[in-house]
Amino acid sequence: MNPRTLYDKLWESHVVEERADGTSLLYIDRHLVHEVTSPQAFEGLRMAGRPVRRPQAVLAVADHNIPTRDRALGITEPTCRAQVEALEENVHAEGTAVPYIPLLDDRQGIVHIIGPEQGFTLPGVTLVCGDSHTSTHGAFGALAFGIGTTEVEHVLATQTLVQKRARNFRINVTGAFPKGVGAKDLVLHIIGLIGTAGGTGCALEFAGEAVRGLSMEGRMTLCNMAIEAGARAGLVAPDETTFAYVKGRPMAPKGRDWDLAEAAWRRLPTDAGAHFHRELDLDVSNLEPQVTWGTNPESETGITGHAPDPAGAASPEAAAQMQAALDYMGIKAGQPLTELAVDVVFIGSCTNGRLEDLVEAAAVFKGRKVAPGVEALVVPGSGLVKLAAEKMGLDRIFLEAGCQWREPGCSMCLGMNEDRLKPLQRSASTSNRNFEGRQGRLGRTHLVSPGMAAAAAVAGHLADVRDYLR
Amino acid sequence: MQPFQTFTGLAAPLLQENLNTDLIIPKQFLTTLLRSGLGKHLFQDMRYREDGSDNPDFILNREPYRHATILLGGPNFGCGSSREHAPWAILDWGLKAIVAPSFADIFTTNSYKNGLLPAVVSPASLAALAAYEGELTVDLLSQEIRAGQERHPFKTEPWGRTMLLEGLDEIQQTLTHLEAIEAFEAGRAKDSPWL
Repeated sequence: MNPRTLYDKLWESHVVEERADGTSLLYIDRHLVHEVTSPQAFEGLRMAGRPVRRPQAVLAVADHNIPTRDRALGITEPTCRAQVEALEENVHAEGTAVPYIPLLDDRQGIVHIIGPEQGFTLPGVTLVCGDSHTSTHGAFGALAFGIGTTEVEHVLATQTLVQKRARNFRINVTGAFPKGVGAKDLVLHIIGLIGTAGGTGCALEFAGEAVRGLSMEGRMTLCNMAIEAGARAGLVAPDETTFAYVKGRPMAPKGRDWDLAEAAWRRLPTDAGAHFHRELDLDVSNLEPQVTWGTNPESETGITGHAPDPAGAASPEAAAQMQAALDYMGIKAGQPLTELAVDVVFIGSCTNGRLEDLVEAAAVFKGRKVAPGVEALVVPGSGLVKLAAEKMGLDRIFLEAGCQWREPGCSMCLGMNEDRLKPLQRSASTSNRNFEGRQGRLGRTHLVSPGMAAAAAVAGHLADVRDYLR
Repeated sequence: MQPFQTFTGLAAPLLQENLNTDLIIPKQFLTTLLRSGLGKHLFQDMRYREDGSDNPDFILNREPYRHATILLGGPNFGCGSSREHAPWAILDWGLKAIVAPSFADIFTTNSYKNGLLPAVVSPASLAALAAYEGELTVDLLSQEIRAGQERHPFKTEPWGRTMLLEGLDEIQQTLTHLEAIEAFEAGRAKDSPWL
């Protein structure tokens, strides 16, 4: 057999049927469902009298629009409450009943955090969710991608999706990360290099020694933002780090099943000599902590850098676009980024809401205070992350520094709940999108790592985390 | 879904690059339980001023573009979130086709599955269409946009084109392949018993 990529193997092992128009009917093993992109899908099933085909392949949870404080009081915003109530009805109704983690359960959290946590996410599976950051789960060597609501309905009804095969794009990362630099900086740097549409039509495999050296948390951060480069799926080959993370999780295979599964997963990595449509090599040895200056994730640079000058842009159109982004962000051409005072710091999201991320932020906050006038939110990605962090005493470090310690959810990453920037407020955020209005109308978002976010909170302006590491 | 018919209409140019789904329909409108009714919030932050009045500078608030049925867009149109609310809002407003040099993957899929045509044209064609004064005819059968005597070819995904032309219910169609799905599941139960 010809040498194959990890993506080729995942794809080929899930094709139910190939079609003449270049698409395939692809089998879907795992489906995460949340309150915002599922109501119309469940309604569609009901109207057509179609049951959920394989309820055990589904895991549902509310995460996007829920409050992150006073949760016992319920959801006050009526349309948000209606959506969570609709989800709870749908997951219990005859014909559409599926496993569900309730809002007040310790296991509740962001879909992309709880899937891995519960062992629902496994190497070798196809996994979908009505959310573009489903690419996160590719960190396990799973083919995972975001879908729309019509596709959510299609998967619920048929356990399949009609899909077109993607092209293979590999990024080989060598070198050792300098202190204070990690997966978030790497993925921002990659998006800066290839652009927000650089991975369109591709599955993006992250490989090389620097990726092998990352924890599962770091690999998830990396794959999470593959979509910000236009790639629906990110991938990292499973290895000992993966198996050690998965083993023993509640929904992971046990006993003989584990042995069979692990043996199969060891055959997944890309074969030597497999064909990639595009490859990119880079070295992280001299990588700086990264920060975005503009209104999409490719508008980024190192923290010691400056905002760009439109005068140096490649074309008049590019210059106009750059100027519009600078105007929106309230930044002058050529301004040093560390001059920018922040109003809000957000630490959380499916990109950086895991325990390792909170540990990274706490290392900066320990023994320091949030600068006057700065509001710092720490929002754990799940109830289990929250409990683990509290067991380590991280909550006390955050609270003593002056941060708010919240309940788990998507929160200010997209601001569907109350957690939003006010107009013209500037944030340092560990989330994934700095689009105009993303965190609140006219809000100004700078994407950074958890350590960088903590450094900004303490300094009161964008700051270099390396100055805060002892 | 209704089959997609050749139609003639006005095209509104909104040519900015990376026009993302947060701009097409901001998050505060995603709490709906319906597919309909989102048109009034299409491009909310660009279309309305802070006091809720129309932004007179926004293209879809200007005559004759208030009656547009075609939107001319820039590269990487529809990037970002997977929210299907984006094509729902676009269709609900009254647009039937987006014409752009490139689209984000998830947006493309979501568009086809709702009867919205994402037509890919060359940058030269896009510039010509934007400069043309008058109505355009979008013909999906011949895959061309006619602007007076000019004819501009466009590209589609073959599966999406078929789906639009035939107005297919994809779930119903897939369920006619139930035997193949069951056979696949049986095989999977044998070779991957942990799933």
